[in-house]
Amino acid sequence: MTFKDQAAVVGIGRTPYRKRGQSYPETEMSMACAAILAALDDAGLTVADIDGFAIYAHACDPATVAATLGIPEIRYAASVTSGGGGSAGALGLAASAIAGGLATCCVTLMSLQQLNRRLGGTAVGGMLAYALMSEGGGSAYGRGGMPPSAAFTANNGLLSPGHSFSMITARHMHLYGTRREAFAEVCISQRDNAMKRPMSLRREPLTLDDYFNARMVSDPLCLLDYTMESDGAVAVITVSADRAKDLKQPPAYIMASAHGGTGRWGPGIFRYCQTPDKEFASSGHRPVAKRLYEMAGVRPEDVNVALLYDHFSPLVVLQLEDYGFCPIGEGGPFVEDGNIRFGTGTIPVNTHGGNLSDAYIIGMTHIVEAVEQLRGTAVNQVEDAEIALVTGGPASLPVSGTLLRR
Amino acid sequence: MADNPFGDVQPGVFPTILTETHADESTQPFWDAANQDRLAAPRCTNCGTFRLPPEAFCFECQQREVEWVELPGTGTIYSRIIVRHPLHPGLAPVVPYAVGVVELDGTQGAGARMLVNIIDCDPETVAIGDRVEIVFDHVNEEMSVPRFRPTERRGQADEDNT
Repeated sequence: MTFKDQAAVVGIGRTPYRKRGQSYPETEMSMACAAILAALDDAGLTVADIDGFAIYAHACDPATVAATLGIPEIRYAASVTSGGGGSAGALGLAASAIAGGLATCCVTLMSLQQLNRRLGGTAVGGMLAYALMSEGGGSAYGRGGMPPSAAFTANNGLLSPGHSFSMITARHMHLYGTRREAFAEVCISQRDNAMKRPMSLRREPLTLDDYFNARMVSDPLCLLDYTMESDGAVAVITVSADRAKDLKQPPAYIMASAHGGTGRWGPGIFRYCQTPDKEFASSGHRPVAKRLYEMAGVRPEDVNVALLYDHFSPLVVLQLEDYGFCPIGEGGPFVEDGNIRFGTGTIPVNTHGGNLSDAYIIGMTHIVEAVEQLRGTAVNQVEDAEIALVTGGPASLPVSGTLLRR
Repeated sequence: MADNPFGDVQPGVFPTILTETHADESTQPFWDAANQDRLAAPRCTNCGTFRLPPEAFCFECQQREVEWVELPGTGTIYSRIIVRHPLHPGLAPVVPYAVGVVELDGTQGAGARMLVNIIDCDPETVAIGDRVEIVFDHVNEEMSVPRFRPTERRGQADEDNT
């Protein structure tokens, strides 16, 4: 007994995307509410219909949203733990809540305004600020507040997610001979997709020369391998499959959704000491992919378009392996051969431009693109797209994936 | 840079930003050994699994009891990055610096690893497969920061063969 095909995404809404910090004087709450209202309007529903919040990374406080918008009653409010890894998995929370009778209409969202707070800088801010304060004799937490394990990681110079994912990438390059040309192809193919979309933030052409001339940030990753940072909010609405049939838009049915990962991956990307050897040079998604395909009863070759979380371009290559689009270790040549190109590739990837070139709303734009592909309204429309894969992460566990069908 | 918040920094050496160990009973023996230039790691008395950083439970058999084992302090670079962009202005004189995951000799193939700054070399040349040895920086009475330096270079060995 699973929730396969029992719920569907019926509404999508978003604010304009802006460069980091430029959404002021809007607030994260005001953008969240605007995106929710847009998604409701898209679905033909109203605020009175919402009774559930199925979110990730504690994207908002449901109590505040409900009070602000006048939602009559909350019956469900839950978040996938960890960070961006839960984006696709939040749809599984919505589907399970609806199939289990806990809620009838769930909103999933992310609202992001990076004025002073920068996601990529969390580790730096946390560790350095602490260290500087302790040099001055004070501590934000008080002596003893720092976990004993911190002293094993704070002084090694690994300070940010970009550093962490460079470490995974370097191991993959060593084991399999993966080349930077593959990462360049991820960046360039996604940029080509974004160039055709008026709403995407990065639309200037990108060439192979541009890629190899970009400055190295943390070898083997250069500036263009890193996602941009941006402001904006995206919300989607999920209801039961029965109810979905009578609404404004063609439903995008949730065939399967899973979140989690191998236990010892855990917080592995920031510590590396526990990640099992056979999974170190991976995206951490393999166990999630297996459960996803089992629940849906489909195989990788049945997927028509893949929206793969792309905070760092090499992790797209690794996800292609872990989701079975090519054998383990062959992601580099698979990408270099043009397989992820819109229009000509065997599995078009991030047809909206992804985090790298569309906007970084922590994976929500991938969900919106999956739904538009299945409705047949995408700017870069994959012909006869029936099944879309959307993922969240890699990150600390859980990572997640969802299969949607029209 | 007298006003550098990281103090008197050196190229390639990531400064000690956490000068206290915040140790508890599961980590104190590591720091006691480090103060004497020795690398020690806890091994589960029930199943023999090493765990680093030291944690309260064995991830294989969930037992708590450990024996502390002295390791040779040598190992092989399992993965590595070269940080070129300073994430703080005070780190500008430090970059580029290398950070590696080192697989430790003497851990019975269990692959106990440490995440460390690789020093005493040109960071740009640090490669996976390089042999390394531990060096302790005695920061103060309680903290001795472990770093590693290359002893035998995979890249160097390749050059010697040609």
